[in-house]
Amino acid sequence: MTEATTEMYVLHVNGETREVRDAAPGESLLFVLRERLGLMGAKGACEQGECGSCSVLVDESLVCSCLVLAASAVGRRIVTVEGIAPPGAPTDVQQAFVDAGAVQCGFCTPGLVMATHSLLERVAEPTELEIREELSGNICRCTGYGRIIDAVQRVAVARRGGGA
Amino acid sequence: MSVLVPTSLDAARDALSANPSATVLAGGTDLMVEVNERRREVVDVIAVDRVAELRAWSHDPVSRTLTIGAAVTWSEIEDAPFLAWVPSLAQAARTVGSPQIRHAGTIGGNLGTCSPAGDGLPPLSALEAVVHLTGPGGERSLPFAEFMTGPKRNARAAGELITAVTVPVLRGPQGYAKVGVRNAMVIATAGVALVCDADAGGVRLALGSVGPVILRCPEAEAIVAAEADFAAGRLAEPALRAAAEAARAAARPIDDHRSTAAYRRHAVGVLTARLLRRAFPHD
Repeated sequence: MTEATTEMYVLHVNGETREVRDAAPGESLLFVLRERLGLMGAKGACEQGECGSCSVLVDESLVCSCLVLAASAVGRRIVTVEGIAPPGAPTDVQQAFVDAGAVQCGFCTPGLVMATHSLLERVAEPTELEIREELSGNICRCTGYGRIIDAVQRVAVARRGGGA
Repeated sequence: MSVLVPTSLDAARDALSANPSATVLAGGTDLMVEVNERRREVVDVIAVDRVAELRAWSHDPVSRTLTIGAAVTWSEIEDAPFLAWVPSLAQAARTVGSPQIRHAGTIGGNLGTCSPAGDGLPPLSALEAVVHLTGPGGERSLPFAEFMTGPKRNARAAGELITAVTVPVLRGPQGYAKVGVRNAMVIATAGVALVCDADAGGVRLALGSVGPVILRCPEAEAIVAAEADFAAGRLAEPALRAAAEAARAAARPIDDHRSTAAYRRHAVGVLTARLLRRAFPHD
């Protein structure tokens, strides 16, 4: 049994070991990532799991980091949008979002990129309905979703080896 | 503050027995909302999402039952093999929140929170599930109808841990349907679960979000049981309408920020008729 106290605990984030010291009780993983570890990719908006802009992978499972008690994630592998590709070398999903015009204000984009990676890991060639259902936990107030769905489909086609 | 992360049921039970006022954390999808909104303070937490026994499920083909550990997530329950064994529960699982919420949220957490709007609860009521608990006084099991005692209230005592839920694997159609303001990521305005037991000729209907607890509909169930032809998938339209009306009458809805009582009652009738038409496609 592991025990994390608020004085000090250790998280595994993007392949690195990060110490969290003197945390307040009840801090969410989103808060710790942004305010203590300086990782600003996951966005905070609703703080109740509705908007998906804080989506990260915890042990390869897509979750809302605002609903994860940070100290309970000790020993788990946490991946944020900063951890999926080095700066300047976007993943195929990130590049497809750019190419398809799936980004407007960009606030929801890190969460949608994480959700798209998670979806395409599990379903290589999702139907439009599957894409809509799988991305239903990520709210975008700019795009109307059409170009986001286009971006996801572009990645699926490219990974299959097809043309654009 | 300390957060304990036990990996065995013995360790989890011992930790909770030693500190009965500790907060039990499962998927966090209810608890962390309250924490983030400063409606709840947590001091000592026992996170049960890595307890091996709670993460497991088992199917007993002899007794034709399925026992699902409390920390099994909705994303696991929405797919095979649960979809074949307990379709109403799997369908309800698919309507819980979003993929992110279903990856974290658990069946035990739904029972622990015991919101009348919990999507997992109408199927558990209709399946006449048995809830298993363990604590300082030993283990006990009680029917869902005795477990849920009010809105966000249940029979779990301080120091007790919800360990699993047992449901029967029945032959016959099942379904769960709900209405809300969106197709996804929505708290049910009204939800209805239908479970048929074709071998016993039994029908169970359970209503969510329209009363202080999940409500069963004995009158509607009796109408369908008397009139339905399970083998032919047949239920005459007048009987179907009478059953939907009886379900409507069984609802005990309130007006609140999510809906009027009148709309909730109407929705129960619509959803009941819809589920019955799916279950008995021939009139």
